[in-house]
Amino acid sequence: MRSLNRRAFLGTTAGLSAALLAGCGAGPATGTAAAGRPRGGGRLRVAFAGGGAQETLDPHLSNLFVEASRSKALFDKLADYGPDLSVQPRLAERWESDAALTTWRVTLRQAAFHDGRPVRAADVLYSYARIGDPARAFRARTTLAVIDLARSRAVDDRTVEFALRQPFAEFPNVLAAFGVFIVPEGAEDFTRPVGSGPFVFGSFEPGRSLLLRRNADYWEGAPHVDELQYLIANEESARVNALLGGQVDYAHDITATTARAYRGNDRLAVTRLTNSGMQAFAMKLDRPPFDDRDLREAMFLLADREQLVDTVLGGAGQPGNDLFGRGYQYYAEEIPQRARDLDRAEWLVRKAGAKGLRIRLDTSAAAGGFVESASVFADQMRQAGLDVRVAVGDKDTYWKDVLDRGSLCCFRSGAMPIESHFSQRLLSTSTTNITKWKRPEFDALYTRAVSLADEKARREVYAEMQRMQHAEGGYLVWGFADWLVATAPGVGGVVDAPANTLDWARFDKVWLA
Amino acid sequence: MLGAGAAEPVSLPKYAVRRLLLGLAQIVAVATLVFALTEALPGDAAVVLAGDVPDPERIERIRQELGLDRPAPVRYADWLLGLLRGDLGSSLTAGRPVAGFLAEAGGPTVQLAAITLLLLVPLAVAVGVVAAIREGRLLDRALTSAGIGLYSVPEFALAVVLVALFGIRLGWFPPTAVGVGPNLLAQPAVLVLPLLVLLARPICSISRLVRAGMIDALRSDYVRHAHRLGLSTRRVRLAHALPNAVAPAVQQLARTTDWLLSGVITVEAVFVVPGLGTALVSAVSARDIPVIQGLALVFAATTVAVNLVADLVAFRLAPRAGGAA
Repeated sequence: MRSLNRRAFLGTTAGLSAALLAGCGAGPATGTAAAGRPRGGGRLRVAFAGGGAQETLDPHLSNLFVEASRSKALFDKLADYGPDLSVQPRLAERWESDAALTTWRVTLRQAAFHDGRPVRAADVLYSYARIGDPARAFRARTTLAVIDLARSRAVDDRTVEFALRQPFAEFPNVLAAFGVFIVPEGAEDFTRPVGSGPFVFGSFEPGRSLLLRRNADYWEGAPHVDELQYLIANEESARVNALLGGQVDYAHDITATTARAYRGNDRLAVTRLTNSGMQAFAMKLDRPPFDDRDLREAMFLLADREQLVDTVLGGAGQPGNDLFGRGYQYYAEEIPQRARDLDRAEWLVRKAGAKGLRIRLDTSAAAGGFVESASVFADQMRQAGLDVRVAVGDKDTYWKDVLDRGSLCCFRSGAMPIESHFSQRLLSTSTTNITKWKRPEFDALYTRAVSLADEKARREVYAEMQRMQHAEGGYLVWGFADWLVATAPGVGGVVDAPANTLDWARFDKVWLA
Repeated sequence: MLGAGAAEPVSLPKYAVRRLLLGLAQIVAVATLVFALTEALPGDAAVVLAGDVPDPERIERIRQELGLDRPAPVRYADWLLGLLRGDLGSSLTAGRPVAGFLAEAGGPTVQLAAITLLLLVPLAVAVGVVAAIREGRLLDRALTSAGIGLYSVPEFALAVVLVALFGIRLGWFPPTAVGVGPNLLAQPAVLVLPLLVLLARPICSISRLVRAGMIDALRSDYVRHAHRLGLSTRRVRLAHALPNAVAPAVQQLARTTDWLLSGVITVEAVFVVPGLGTALVSAVSARDIPVIQGLALVFAATTVAVNLVADLVAFRLAPRAGGAA
């Protein structure tokens, strides 16, 4: 069973490797800044963690970051998220709804699949029907559930009319959702995928390599590079080594330790993707001890967010304010940042009768920094008079394990619109409601918000919902992690965009000097 | 068995058949055990596939798609029946046949392991013999200290140091096999660092055994007798002392091959070699039981075969020790 410890030990050796190398080569940082103006040509080699021989090119099955990135190289969505998670048109040129917000008309831009066929309304309807197939288990199925496909139709080749089951002002979020890619009508076999994206399929070895060629006819302009190759290296240290050894040009997801070790080194440039990941502890509200509002408030107040950001994220992030979506559209900036107040926390712990109470904190290696954050936070809880036991669980099944079991666990989330966070995690009907926040008044506010066409009015309702969460919710959001990507000198065009948004891991705008 | 060997000598074919049958039973036992253990792991492929969106209804639907809603004994019986027909089944998550997985991932691992063994035997024997001949002198002491030092470095630590030094700082060899593809021989330079890691410890342990065996043999009566008969020193050492000296080393070599399987997992992870070790790690993570089972069969069969051959060779080299395994 040594294999199960692999991640752990390689995690520690990454630091050793970095330390051994620190100091070799000095000089000003180059990379993206020095790569100058865009140039054409060359093969861009990018390294990601992968999913072994189980990987797939079916864009509707994409789950891993490498799969999401490959999907966006080969396919397009109707819309995608900008850096603040607002929706940007992609294959859809524009959209408009009726006054009731139940019928949406989407006009497609002129675009073509790699085999020359135009992208038509029928392809859109086919793709959505495939994802929504009740007999299958595509990740985005529930996202599309708001669409009544039986009543939706192709008005003409470039116009789709979507009929919704209820008024939904945030329908563009659906068009941009994770995995909602447009495939040609009838596509079911993705061994040689045909999409409309900036790159054309070349060859694929699951778990090893995907080679793509430039799509010269891409509707948004052809990519700078001639070829794009995805290579798999599961360990962060291996991705960094491959980059330093000149075997790849871009390494996705590196640690803050590595970034620090190579600061000022001209062999490697680091781009920070700010606000990429929310870091939190999730308290369950439907059971003791966190059904007690005083104890939740004590938790909010005992947390030393700066310490967590410094130690767990290596300083690569910002403290959180118990709210999802810092820097995103509709985020309630006006709610004051919570500060540590240990005295009051202790007082609240006593008031809740929880002094010396044994609490289990569930964690696992399911996400980077989880185990570290649990151990740091357990110490902070102890300082307020709580007795904590950190339980390290199985990383592969962690998300399912903590959804219903236990009362306190580590949690993280990638970027998504604040509305999606509400609907997926905070409504009475949400299927992944880990904090068990079930408030009819909150549900009602959500229904009201999404039936308001006016953005400003919607913003006010969202702010109200965030105030409720901030005051007595179950998410103790302690930080927002920057994700770090490393590039070789001479790679240009890598931009700061949160993970899961349009410009993240997007390579048609990247060039090799 | 040990005592019986002296009273009633076992013939080589009889011994081979007995060991072969035992080996087959061991392989089936391993496959069954691995199935049971994988079943006992928390969660299944559906839970892993659902990932951070563990919507219970969706997990149930994935389970139905993958056929995981059938009881475990039924799935095991299915797999066993398939095995009798020579069918290893299909990956739960990728849907492709397991045999294909094994063939793809087997290439790089077999290359690594085979080259390791090819280099290991002559190198370890040479080091052991030289040390034995120079027993107690400077060269012997130097080889011994270097060997013990190297033996106490874990593979992953050695790998990290070698990569940092020769792969990155000096840039002599590629630090990883990223982008090389399944045939590592296409770019032999990528093999250098992984082979150094895989060779380091077994060279130490086997050369120590050869050295000890050789020293014993050189002091034995028959070697002294051979010298008295006027045979050349070279002939005495290589034709008479060496065969007796390497018998224990052959069995150590077999154990080394078992060890190679786990060493390869480490080396594959550090150097990003897409072989059987990498396949096993991702299959266990994905709870992809048919793939895990297929890999377990390969590992078990290799171990059994290598030990069988080693025992037979040892039996030939020194019949008295043969039955001991």
